[in-house]
Amino acid sequence: MKEEFKVISKFIEEKSRVLDVGCGDGILMEFLSKNKVVDIRGLEISKEKVKKCLSKGLTVIEGDAENDLKQFPDLSFDYVILSQTLQAFMNPEKVIENLLRVGKKVIVTIPNFGHWKVRLDLLFKGEMPVTKNLPYQWYDTPNLHMCTILDFYNFCNNRGINIFKTISLNGQTISNIKRSNLKYKNLISELGIFLLEK
Amino acid sequence: MSNLNQLNSVLIKKTLKLDCGKEISNFPLAYETYGNLNENKDNAILIFHALTGDQYASGINPITNKEGWWNYAVGPGKPFDTDKFFIICANVIGGCMGSYGPGSIDPLTNKPLGTNFPVITINDMVNAQYNLLDHFKIEKLFAVAGGSMGGMQVLQFVSNFPNKAEVALPIACTASHSAQNIAFNELGRQAIMSDSNWKEGLYNEKSTNPDKGLAVARMAAHITYLSKQGLQEKFGRNLQERSDLKFGFDADFQIESYLRYQGSVFVDRFDANSYLYITRAMDYFDLTKQFGGNLSKAFKNTKTKFFIISFTSDWLYPTSENKDIVIALNAIGADVGFVEIKTDKGHDSFLLDVPDFLSTIKNYLNTTYSNINERRI
Repeated sequence: MKEEFKVISKFIEEKSRVLDVGCGDGILMEFLSKNKVVDIRGLEISKEKVKKCLSKGLTVIEGDAENDLKQFPDLSFDYVILSQTLQAFMNPEKVIENLLRVGKKVIVTIPNFGHWKVRLDLLFKGEMPVTKNLPYQWYDTPNLHMCTILDFYNFCNNRGINIFKTISLNGQTISNIKRSNLKYKNLISELGIFLLEK
Repeated sequence: MSNLNQLNSVLIKKTLKLDCGKEISNFPLAYETYGNLNENKDNAILIFHALTGDQYASGINPITNKEGWWNYAVGPGKPFDTDKFFIICANVIGGCMGSYGPGSIDPLTNKPLGTNFPVITINDMVNAQYNLLDHFKIEKLFAVAGGSMGGMQVLQFVSNFPNKAEVALPIACTASHSAQNIAFNELGRQAIMSDSNWKEGLYNEKSTNPDKGLAVARMAAHITYLSKQGLQEKFGRNLQERSDLKFGFDADFQIESYLRYQGSVFVDRFDANSYLYITRAMDYFDLTKQFGGNLSKAFKNTKTKFFIISFTSDWLYPTSENKDIVIALNAIGADVGFVEIKTDKGHDSFLLDVPDFLSTIKNYLNTTYSNINERRI
């Protein structure tokens, strides 16, 4: 399983209710329901992936976070997960707002646009960066709103969103991000994983 | 339909209070089963049929000698796998395949009830079929499933009996019949009732049959089951066994001939009064209204796991109406999965060979059944 999912599953307490927004093939959902005995639901935009999830008996509904989160009542989940999809929304601000409304805690993973390889690409090549986590060309990318770990950190701070914990993921290496090492981690992390609360 | 008496049927002795206020008892409910009930009695699935369906979901229907209406979905190795599950399907009350309906004989007059048959509802149909659980001594069904009117029965069943099915599969349906749905049904009823052979519903006594009206009703309804794109691709403006237009009112176009054929075969297997009663039951269906305008309340106490399916080209019970059910269930934290299947086959998709649809159901049922069994161990 992806390192990212291992980090996410460590955040989640046993027997909690979880909503995985953009659950894909349901790999994290399967892992959580086998190991954490949670009541877990998924929301996924791709019909193919929804069918895959349902075939595995997972409770997934076809829909997208910008339109379909509103049907879930306030604080109806202990955790809401948003893994590497925030940058693809038309209105990420609104999505975060809704995630924090629906979930008591929210886990957001962002591909870090501040990673040194990304910076170098732009600095030396003068081209839009294409990396393992950001494999798209500028003209076909679904990523409308790229941000860095620092950007998202500031975004939360400015809105009074509590950041409980921030984890840096660089290859297999997992480390904590603190205020003191934020600028450095923003340079070396491929992914940032945030545990938030309103 | 001469050998209706030989069908599997259970006589329901318990009194059933209908929504119209009348009470019925000692009435027959015709059913069919497929597969075997296991020792734990935990593998039973109750399938509800749609408007013109019957208890013969699979195999060969002994009355029509044609394949059962859900032959793609029910059978050995199929999504509702009869090697694994025990499938029960009953003819709804109001129907014409052996269950209590307008064609039943009134013991007082020794004549068919006709329009003296009470107006029934989806709720009445479901309450009547609930007796089958007692009949088979099943404590809890593994699943309830059905498309179209069958889906409405699924919703009503879970609402009435929140703890009697592990899984519910309402397919291509709605929680509340729309004005458009009612309009199409009214068109069908008017076609039947304006046929002079209908004779105020007493055609059986008078040895006539409103074939023409019933056929027109079927033709109109059939159009609503297909999509515009599906019709265009299948028929387009193709001519029927002729090279040019004949400047008359014969069936010049293939689509005309097709509809006429659909109408003509329908009257051989379906009763006009049943068509009136069952369409009325669908029109009266409004689960949201039953719960004071809040559909969520219909499912308040249920632990049933829902899987709702709609089809992209279904404009009769469109995705939006299926999604309303999903939304109502999510609002109360119920366990609900949902997918819209891409197909150009219209509302009829649930009856047809739509591989995506069939394989998703098959995998879903198999995995969910084993998950439930694992939990028990």
